[in-house]
This record gives sequence, structure tokens and C-alpha cells, in this order.
Amino acid sequence: MLKFSAFRVLPEGVAENFIRDIVSSASAIGDAQSMSKAILVDTTKCIGCGACVAACKVVNGLPLGTVDGQKDPVPTTLSDNDLVTFAQSHGEPGGVLSAEALNVVETRGAVFVRRFCMHCLDPTCVSVCPVGALRKTAAGPVIYDADKCMGCRYCMMACPFGVPRYEWHVVLTPKIRKCTMCAPRQAKGLQPACTTVCPVQAGIFGEREELLAEAESRLKQNPASYAQHIYGKEEVGGTSVLYLSAVPFEQLGLPANVPHDPLPMYTYRVLSEIPRLVPLGSVLLGGIWWITNRRKEVREAEREAGKGK
Amino acid sequence: MTWNKLPKLTFWRAVLIVILAAGFYSTVLRFVKGLGAATALTDRFPWGLWIGFDVLCGVGLAAGGFTLAAIVYVFHLERFRPILRPSILTAFLGYALVAVALLYDLGRPYRIWHPLVMWNPRSVMFEVAWCVMLYLTVLALEFSPVVFERFRLERPLRIIKMFTIPLVIAGVLLSTLHQSSLGSLFLIVPSKLHPYWYSPLLPVFFFISAVGVGIAMVVFESHLSARAFGREIEVPLLEVLGRAMAVVLGIYGLLRFQDLWSRGALTYLREPSTETVLFCLEIALGLLIPLPLLFVRRLREGPDGLFAISVLVISGFLLNRLNVSITGLEYSAHAHYFPKWTEVAVTLSIVGVGFLLFALAIRYLGVFESEAPQPAS
Repeated sequence: MLKFSAFRVLPEGVAENFIRDIVSSASAIGDAQSMSKAILVDTTKCIGCGACVAACKVVNGLPLGTVDGQKDPVPTTLSDNDLVTFAQSHGEPGGVLSAEALNVVETRGAVFVRRFCMHCLDPTCVSVCPVGALRKTAAGPVIYDADKCMGCRYCMMACPFGVPRYEWHVVLTPKIRKCTMCAPRQAKGLQPACTTVCPVQAGIFGEREELLAEAESRLKQNPASYAQHIYGKEEVGGTSVLYLSAVPFEQLGLPANVPHDPLPMYTYRVLSEIPRLVPLGSVLLGGIWWITNRRKEVREAEREAGKGK
Repeated sequence: MTWNKLPKLTFWRAVLIVILAAGFYSTVLRFVKGLGAATALTDRFPWGLWIGFDVLCGVGLAAGGFTLAAIVYVFHLERFRPILRPSILTAFLGYALVAVALLYDLGRPYRIWHPLVMWNPRSVMFEVAWCVMLYLTVLALEFSPVVFERFRLERPLRIIKMFTIPLVIAGVLLSTLHQSSLGSLFLIVPSKLHPYWYSPLLPVFFFISAVGVGIAMVVFESHLSARAFGREIEVPLLEVLGRAMAVVLGIYGLLRFQDLWSRGALTYLREPSTETVLFCLEIALGLLIPLPLLFVRRLREGPDGLFAISVLVISGFLLNRLNVSITGLEYSAHAHYFPKWTEVAVTLSIVGVGFLLFALAIRYLGVFESEAPQPAS
């Protein structure tokens, strides 16, 4: 419903309906959001083992880091049980987000905090992509279609959380890389790899509404252990990844200055004026031309008349 | 027509050769080793010189084309006609080179046509892509009479002249839309762009400053072509342009300061930071120094004075675009960006090719209409 309250900023008009029809897919998502999947990360529980990092790399076919000075070959197919065993024994804490690490565990003071795509409810990256290569699915994940992408990197510029990464050294077919909330696994009825392998349930997967209720109850039951805020509940209009923390969220590297409105509204307000501006401008310019042209014609006619005398 | 069969090697030609050689090496590097090898771009800083200068500044500097087309055709100020064609030529070359720069910057340049068939009307970039494509077409058509005249193609010339007014109006509208939209591109980063530059009025500022720099560019080009081709400077015309520039800069300055004041952004002036230095430099070069100078009649009416003022306005404009697209984003990215020499070489080569094509067009086509057969009125 967030979308519609934001639309009301504009006066009702033809232009608005026109654009709304075009982008109706986005509004449909707005209605489905209450029933979409999400991840709750409780940083007070995270032990920084990095199993989620290893699991993420396995399911995304990314190179694993070195363990005991040896690069482990990436196992291609693992049953979920084997994935848990493998990831927990190959934990990779640390690191920074890159095209080869879509989920990392950062150490901030005494706190471990996972960083990966926030899967916003009204994602900035989806709104800015000129070719629609990014899409928010009704199920929750924000996914990427490499076949459309032309590599303008506006999504990287625009993301308020600085999440999308680029394959800078791929010459012909570089892609944007980011967490997909394991959309392919979800389609098979599985959880994301990271929450599957977490040994302490620091990250849990479920319906966004249920996870919000769970987060609220944790804040209430242990008020002393938490900063009284659920990060992602309202930030940029809400995200499908929610965080709990004992320390202020800014200390975890989560930006505190992001607005609570969805960012796409910031450009939408301007873009929606265009269908109104074009006819108005054409008439205005045409009118000025007509007047100045008429004045010129009259002047010339007068000159002719003057000559005739 | 006294030019030798073998062009002499002058200082500027030598410079151009060095630049183009460096640009050639960088081009090979870019397309053989990828963006990572040829640029200083990183995940934290995904846009650099090629977007900040080649695209944002390139499009802005080409704004003289639509400004002058509106003055001559829509407002019927016929005395500006002699400098119309060079301005349209500059605009056309400018936009064509912006498209070339995009081919360097896009990760997959062979998909530059994707926005034609894959639509996302919520994206400012989508709108910019369409406007630039359409406006490039309009500019080509606006300039085509020069080519038709040169090759004495009477029929196409007559046809294109019938569509002059609709074309010019379409051009002015498209320019208004995408000049402002280049500012709207940055509306989406309220939490990332420094308060000196982030404003809900970004599209308005980008448009007004484009008109201002468009006028400054007309003065700049007229001066350079006059010197290079031994033509007389149209002093009375430039004087009027100087006054127009004062009005546009005045409006821009008022709005800009009102906006900075109401958002409380001026309090950051107390912090000594890179942003503060560059902000002050931008405002001084583009606004606070040239604006009062434009009110000095002696300076405004002398061709050298007005040329110097235009250079100031252009530098202030360039700094503004680079601040919005690069400097203003550094603090939130927690990263510093400085272009690699190969990026600079590509940019300089593109500018060099622009100068070269302009000179060739002046030499072989009747760009200065006073030389063309039929006079205006």
C-alpha cells in the first residue's frame, strides 16, 4: 500500500494513470509484498563462522577461498545435508563483497555482520535499470537477467546499500553480480543456502510478516540485548532482509541516513511530469513561433506597401 | 584557399598526434583487456571520467545548438543566423562523440540498442537514452542542408526545409528533457551525494546551467573560429549574448543559493574538506566571478573580455558536472577515484577528434552561412 500513498503526492491526472499503467507490474508487487519471503539476520547471534559465505559460493559456482593454503575445488552438486557439512567445515569469515563474493561476514568491533543484497520491496536498482534487466519477484528476491544488461552500471551507482558488484575483468560479457536470495533454490521449494547452513540460526528464512513479528518479540523479550529498531522494516520503504543488532546500526556499516520513502519515488515525481510537459512545450514553442513569424510577415508586408507608394 | 597538399606539422597538430596515439593504445587496452584494465573504476566507484566528463559535460557543452536554434527559428532573431550553423555542427559532433564515449563505458557496448526494444519507463537512464538518440537524429537533419547544399541536392534540400520548424521545436523539447534528466539521474542518490550538490532541484539546475553554458560555448566557438579562419567576430551579436548570459547566470545563481540556504547546506562551509574547496571553486569560477564581470560594459562589449568570461563560465560548468558525478559521491563511497591515464587519453582523443572534425567541416562544407549562396532575409 506504500506505493499508493506515495502516488498521492501527485495530483490525479491523465499522465499519472498513463505511467501507472505502464509500471503496473511494480504495483502488483506492492500487493504481494505482505506474502513474500524474507531473511532475518540477528547479529547478536552470529558467531562469525562464515559457513554462509562458503554455502553461497558453492550454490553460485564461485571460487572458494584457500583453506590450509590449498584452493578447494568447488563441489558442483551437493545434497542439502552435504551442503551443511561442507559449508560448516569450509567457513570463510571476512572478505568484502565482490563479483566473487555475494555474501560476506564483516567484523565490526566485537560484532559480526553479514552483508548481502537487501532485496528492497521497491528496489532502486530495478527502477533505474534502463532495459529492465533487474526485477523484483512476487516471491521476494530481486533477480537479474544478464541477457538484457548492457553494462551501464547505473544500478551500482543508485543502490543505497552499495550492493551490486561488477565483473570488471571480464572483457566481452561482464555481468552485474549480487545475491539472488537463492531464487533458483526457492523455486525448488528449498531455503536460501546461507540460512540452511547457519549453525546458530543467526539468519532465518520465512514470510516477511512472520519474521517482522519474530523480530518484534525478540526486541520485547530481551530489551537489554537489542537496539530497539528493526533495520529494513521501513528503510527505503522496507526491505526483504531485516537486521537486529545490539549496537547502533551505523556501527555495522548499514547506512543510517537512508530515507524511509522508496527511492524510485524521487525520480518518478520528475519523470511523471514528462507526458504533461511535451504537449505543453510544443504548443508554447509553436505559439511563440507563430507570433514572431506573423510579426515578421506584417513587417515585410508593410515594407512592400511602403515601396509601392 | 591556400593550403598545401601536405599539411604542415604545427605545434597543435603534433599535440593531437600524441593524444591520438595514446588514445589508440587505450582503446586497444579497453576492448582487449576490459574496463578493469583500462580504468580506475571499482565496485565502490562504478562511474568515472567517461560518464562525468565525456557524457555529462559533452551533452552540456553541446547545448549551444538548441539554444541558438530556438533563438533563430522560434524567436525569429534573424541576426543570429550567421552563427547558427557552427553551433548546430558543434552540437551534432558533441552528441555523436557522447555516443562514442558510451561505447567505451558500457560493459557490453554491442547492446547499446537494447533500450529501443527493452523498456523501463521508470528509469531516468531510459529516458535519457531515448532523448539522446532522437536528438542526435534531429541534429543530423538540422545540419543536413549544409551537406545538401554542398552537393547541390535540390530536392532533399527543399523537403528538409519544409520540416525546419517542427524539427527545431522537437529539438528544443528533447534537449530540455534530457539536459534536465541528466540532473534527474542523481535524484536517486539522496543518501550518497554530498548536500552541496544533492537537491530536489537538480533537473532544474542542470537545465538552466546548460542554457548558460550553451551561450558561453557559442561565444567561445565564434571566437576560436574567427581566429583560426581569419573571420571577423560578430561583436554586436556577442554583446547581446553576453547580456543573455548575465540573465541566465543570475537566475541560476539566485535559485542555487536559495536552495543551498533552505536546505541548510551552507553550514558545511565551516568544514574544511575537499568538497568545500571544490564547491567554492565551482561557485567562484562559474558564478561569482563571471556574473559581476558581465555587468562591466567594457568587458562585455570587447571580444576578448567576453571570451575570457565565457571560459570562466565553461570551467565552472565542467567543475559542477564533475562534482555532481564524482567528487560529491566520494565521501559516501568511502573511496577515492582518480582516473587512470588511459581514461584521460580516451577522453582527450575524443575531444581532439571533435576539434578535427569541426575544422574539416568548416573547410569543406559551407558552415558559415554568409558564405553560402542564399542569404537569410
